[in-house]
Order: sequence, then C-alpha cells, then structure tokens
Amino acid sequence: MPSLNRMVAPEITDPIDFDLTLQPYQSYTLDNNVPVYSIHAGTQEVVQVEWVFDAGNWQEEKKLVAAATNFMLKNGTSQLNAFSINQKFEFYGAFLSVQCHIETASITLFCLHKYAALLIPVVAEILTNSIFPEDELKTFRQIQIQKLKVNLEKCDFVANRMIDAYLYGENHPYGSMSGLDAYEALIREDLQTFFHRYYLNGHCQIFVSGIIPKSMDHLLNHSFGQLPLNQQELPKKEHFKKAEKEKKHRIIQDEKGVQAAIRMARSFPNKHHPDFPKATVLNNILGGFFGSRLMANIREEKGYTYGIYSYFKNYFAESEWLISTEAGREVSEATIIEIHKELEKLKQEPVGEDELYLVRNQLMGSLLSRLDGPFEIMSRWKNYILNGLDIQYFNQSIEVIKTISSQELQELANKYFSGDPFYELTVI
Amino acid sequence: MINFKKFILDNGLRVIVHEDHSTPMAMVNVLYDVGAKDEDPEQTGFAHLFEHLMFGGSLHIPSYDEPLQIAGGQNNAFTTDDLTNYYCQVPAKNLETAFWLESDRMLSLAFSEESLEVQRKVVCEEFKEHYINKPYGNAWHLIRELSFQIHPYRWMTIGKELSHIEKARMEDVKSFFKKHYNPMNAILAIGGHVTFDQVETLAKKWFGNIPPGEKYIRHLPEEPEQKEARKKEVYEEVPLNALYKTWHIPGRMDQGYYAIDLISEILSGGNSSRLYESLVKKKKLFSSISCYHFGNVEPGLISIEGKLVPGVKMQDAENAVEEELDLLKSHLLEDQELQKVKNKTESITVFEDMSIMSRATNLSFYELMGNANLMNKELEKYQSINIDHILESAQKTFKEENSNTLYYFKK
Repeated sequence: MPSLNRMVAPEITDPIDFDLTLQPYQSYTLDNNVPVYSIHAGTQEVVQVEWVFDAGNWQEEKKLVAAATNFMLKNGTSQLNAFSINQKFEFYGAFLSVQCHIETASITLFCLHKYAALLIPVVAEILTNSIFPEDELKTFRQIQIQKLKVNLEKCDFVANRMIDAYLYGENHPYGSMSGLDAYEALIREDLQTFFHRYYLNGHCQIFVSGIIPKSMDHLLNHSFGQLPLNQQELPKKEHFKKAEKEKKHRIIQDEKGVQAAIRMARSFPNKHHPDFPKATVLNNILGGFFGSRLMANIREEKGYTYGIYSYFKNYFAESEWLISTEAGREVSEATIIEIHKELEKLKQEPVGEDELYLVRNQLMGSLLSRLDGPFEIMSRWKNYILNGLDIQYFNQSIEVIKTISSQELQELANKYFSGDPFYELTVI
Repeated sequence: MINFKKFILDNGLRVIVHEDHSTPMAMVNVLYDVGAKDEDPEQTGFAHLFEHLMFGGSLHIPSYDEPLQIAGGQNNAFTTDDLTNYYCQVPAKNLETAFWLESDRMLSLAFSEESLEVQRKVVCEEFKEHYINKPYGNAWHLIRELSFQIHPYRWMTIGKELSHIEKARMEDVKSFFKKHYNPMNAILAIGGHVTFDQVETLAKKWFGNIPPGEKYIRHLPEEPEQKEARKKEVYEEVPLNALYKTWHIPGRMDQGYYAIDLISEILSGGNSSRLYESLVKKKKLFSSISCYHFGNVEPGLISIEGKLVPGVKMQDAENAVEEELDLLKSHLLEDQELQKVKNKTESITVFEDMSIMSRATNLSFYELMGNANLMNKELEKYQSINIDHILESAQKTFKEENSNTLYYFKK
C-alpha cells in the first residue's frame, strides 16, 4: 500500500462551485382566498401544516394581548376543554405548537401524515370556537408571572430585553418589554376582541410541507375555505421608535454574579436593502460561525467565553445587528475592548483572500445543508413570502457569496461600524 | 426501518454505513466509548474537557476546523455520562475531508499546551454559564450526590467543581487519549449520499493503519441497592421553591427501561399528561412540573421536578406528587392512555429519523450497546409493553426507600 501523506488535504470540490437551487413551492387558494403554499418532499411519512396570521404584538393595543391570545388558543373552545384539545393531538403522537412573533403569530401542526385528516378539523375548531376560559387565563397569568420571575434572575434574559428596548423603546413592538404588571392587567375581553379581529376575521396564510396526503387540498378547503378569513382589510398600525440617547450601559443586578451578559446592537435595514445580502457575509466573518473572528479571538485565543456570536434579528420593517456573549465577570470589559478591535480591524484592513475563500465555502456548505428536508425548504420560503421576497433574493444571495470582494466588505464595514453606532450593555 | 451495513477493520474499528441518496450531504459520526462515568473522582469533568481539546489540532493537521469549513462542512460534539460523540456534516462530494480529519485525530492529537490552557478557561466559563450563574443551576449537582453514593453518576458531565478542570495537566490529557481514543474503543458511522464501497475504501485508507490500542475494560463500582429514603434541603437565592425527587431505574438495555420510559410520558409528556393536568391545572400546586430520565446506559434515575406556586407548602406539594404515583401503583391504566404514549413514541422516532445526523448518531449508539440493528427493534419493544408491565414497574420504582428528595427553598 502506498504510504499515506496525512499532511496534505484530500482534494475537494469548492462549495462556491455548487449550483444551489431552491425547490419551488406549489400554491393555490382556498374558496375564501386564503393562500396555501406547499412543498412535497422528504422520505419520512410526516407532514407540517402552519397557519400564519397577522396577529403579532405589532397589532396589539395593550401589552401581551397578542401572545396571550395565541397561547390560549389551545385552552378551550365551546366544544372542547384544554385537556380534550391536548388529548386529541397527543393521542396521535402529534404536536400542536403556537408561536407569537412580532408581526405574525402562528399555529403549527406536526403529525404523521396518516393522521392529518383527523387533526386538521380540530385546528379549525380552535380557530373558530376558542372561548378563552377565565379559569385558564388565571392559570396562564400565574404560570407566566412565575416564569418571568425566574427569567429575571438570569443575566442573559435581562440583557436580551434591555438591548432591544434601548434601540426601539420599550413600548415599540421591536423593543417591547413587559413586566409582571402587564400579566396582571390581562383580561379576558382583551383576548376575545383580539381573537375576533385578528384570527376569526383575520388574515391567514397556510404553509404545508412533508409528504403531503393527496386529500390535503380538499381537507384544508373543507375546514378553512368557508371561514371569514382574508375578507377585510386589517387596521394599519403605526409605531414610533424611541431610541435611548445613552448608548453605553452597565447593570449589576446580582452582586455575586460570576458572568456578564454582553450585548451590542445597532439597527440595520431590512432584507430588501441591497446591503443586506452583503452584510450577511460580513457578519459571518465577524461572528457568524465557529471560525469567525470574534470566536477565534475571544474564545479560542483568550478563553474569555464559552461562545460569542453576531447575528441579525429580522423584522418586516428593519433588522437589528447584534453581538452577544456571556463572558467571565472579570474579563467582561476586556471582551468589549476586543469586540471593538475586531470591528475596527474590519474597517481598516481588507479581508484576506484565504479567509474570504473559506467564508464563501463555509456559507455555501451551510446553505446546502439548510436546504435539506421539506421543513427546511418551507421555512426558507415562508420567510421570503412573509417578507415580500421571491426566488430572486435566494439567487442574489448566492451570487453575493460567490462574488463579493474584499473591497466591498471593507466599504460596508466603514459604512456600518463607523461613529460608534452600537449600543453596548453588560448585565451581571 | 433504517438500513445499514457494517464491517470491522483489522484494527478493531467498527464501521456502519447507512446510504440515503435523497440528501446531498454526508454525515460522519465518531463515537468514543468513554464518558464522565469513566473519570477519576478527583478529576471529574475530564471527558468533557477532553472533547474540547479534540479541536485543538492533531498530529499532522494544525487546525481541525479550517479545512472542514473550506470543504463546506460543519461539526460539533457532545459528552454524556456514558460516551463522547463527534459528528461532522459535509457536502457528500467532500466526504474524504472528514475521513482525513477524523482519522488524524484518532491517530494522535497535537497535545498543544496553549490549547489546554485556553480550553480550561472556556470550559470554566461554560460551567459558570450553565451551572453557577443560573437560578437552580446547582440542583442536579446536589441531587446526583444525594442519589448515588459510589457510582460515578454522582457527578455531572461538566465536573464536580471548577478546580478539577483548572488542575488538568498535559500528562493527564495524554494518558486519557491513550486509554480511550483508539480504534478498539470507537465506532465510525457514515450516513447520507455515500456508497458502501466508497466508505469501505476510504475507511481502509484513512483509519486502516491506526494502531488498534487496547480495549478498555470498564470496572465501575456498583451502586448498592438503596434501602432508605434520603432527603436534603437547601436555601438559595431563587424566586420560587422547587421540589426534586429521583428514584433508581434499570439501565438503557434492560427490558425494564421501556416501561419506565413510557411512565415518564404518562406522567409528563405533553399538556394532557397526568402531572400537568392534575398538579398544575386542577390543583394549582405547581407552576411547572416534569418527569424525565437521561436514558443512561448503567442503572440511572427517573426524576420529577417542579416549581411550587407561591404560598403552597412543600409538604402539600410533595404529597400531591405521591398521590399521583400511588394512583399509578394501585390502578391499571386505561388501554387508551397506554396507546397514546406508544403513539407518541412512534411519532417521535419518525420525526427524529428525518435527520441524517440523528440516524448516524443513533446507529453508533446502538452499535455501542451491542448491535446497530437494535435501533430497528426499539418500537417492537415499546409495543410489547402492556398495562401490567406499567403497574409492576411503577410499584417497583416508586417506593419510599428507593427515593431521593431535594427541597430547594428560596432564601
């Protein structure tokens, strides 16, 4: 056997040469114009159906109403109490999850596809006949208050809330912070009104993925096609940002705390802005993956933290660019200094060709893996559709990964990192 | 049904191949038969610290991560009480890169002092982040020490105390590597868009000439049967009182495991489960409660933990938990309830199997348990459980003398 040279890496195909495609969705509308998007793919006999409503906290008049309404959907209809609802799904090994986001709220059913026909009508029952029982609301309030009390002891939780509030103001949906009093103030009528407006007569889109049973179109139309959805214009809500003037904040809430939660953030345009795909590459270099500069310097060289990342939080109207880590208390200020050094370096020096080559390949490889599987494909499409984007965005993002130059990246760093634009917070 | 083929290299390395051509990816999973249970009681947290050092460069390759990232790959690893598992996912076209990297670090690490120095700090920060700087972060540390007197499940995977990690020396690292990291003590599983022939060729090429090493024979101290209930109370800076209880249960491959697993689902799998419905919703004694186990290979623990609603007395909360357990010990459950938890088990399996990563990791785990094909027998084993088994298992497990209780009071 010829001797093996372990010093030399095996040949690879550069992921930048991959021809990545996004499987197109099928779409149609129900009788009431509710659009349905579907991806039929996968090898396992499972299906995911997600109903997305314009019912996030952007729409609420009073704090927590959107989240409470969404959560309470599983807690009682005129026909079924909370236990029976849960029992219906859990008996078939299905999972019904509800999530409330900023601009939208959703209900998602995960089940073996053989049970879809039995369970979809139960989702319709929830969407038409939820009654928000007083007793359930009381339990919800009490449980949430206790959860919040525990969370408020965690420096990372507190830091996550505060940094958003500095950027947008604590009454803006993007920065919204609610205290124990907001839970106390929730009343049943708030939920009923919100439900009536934003679910029952609301705006809905349906996303289906997995191995989809043939009867799905009929099932959805039968259960949802006759409901008064997507018939009326929803009220247009406006919110005004109220950013904190002071950018640097240090909070000590636990004298004995051994770590500091560090957050830095600035606002950034939404995905429609031409800088967005480019900034994704810049972000990756800065702190977007395990081999990023922040990770290499602050974890792998200095050992100040278990992990440090930078990322975007995307909203419909804009984005938030964040850097986040939990670092040893005694090295937290040193960590912030290093973060600033890394930002400065991106402004001063062009990214080297070797590093850029690695990052391009890494991004393409990770994209390939994130296009694997029906739920992943649909999740990407859903994001595009809700944000008013199309396949162009996907193709353009790939083009940017393949072609962006060191010079463009440096210009971008200068455009967005100059003039101390980041809010800076540590919570101990 | 997960299809696979298996072969063993001359040096003892077991190789599992699972072809799935519906994905463009390949998964390379390397499981080492060493976990926190194999640690010296004076050097706990070592298996996990070692996992970090596996990324600090190997004999011929200064950086593990960079070449993998260039090939479009991603990786991670985890350490449990029982094993250490490394996985990397690459575009299938670049499969060989993963073989190159994984084989070189099985051959030998670079043993860099600098990497040890830094990773000691990183792991200490990880320790602080999850177990010191979080409310209730030390609960499992306390409950393990209460529940086990001599078995190494006494300590957490992260380690008993920070000082054990701070004291780790290079000579310990080297001897740990020699003892546990070799073909005789490893399982390689490859899944995804690969062929058996391709894997066989690559495995021989990259792993074939690694010296076999010695098979590690485990002699763990056996935990004596618990004969008396143990209780402990602590006062900490937390917002709510909490109750933790554990009972000893059989190991992962014991027939008794399956009934226990289903019992944990009956008690707290979802919002239609017994503990949630009765103690959170109806009696409003707890704001959260759950029952779970870690699926430990050796006999381990099933646990119930809950946070009390303010004003509720600890004793009342505990009595209510005991009442639910008494119910399980004195009444056969309805067939429908058993069917529910079996359906859920089936469903979880199908969802888990969507991920090629989960398939490759599971195949490695079952091979460690004796035979990768055990993975395909699991559902049958669950199906064979009947209501009498559940009753017997509950009676055998939830005995006062088999219990450990931690009262976690707010200061």
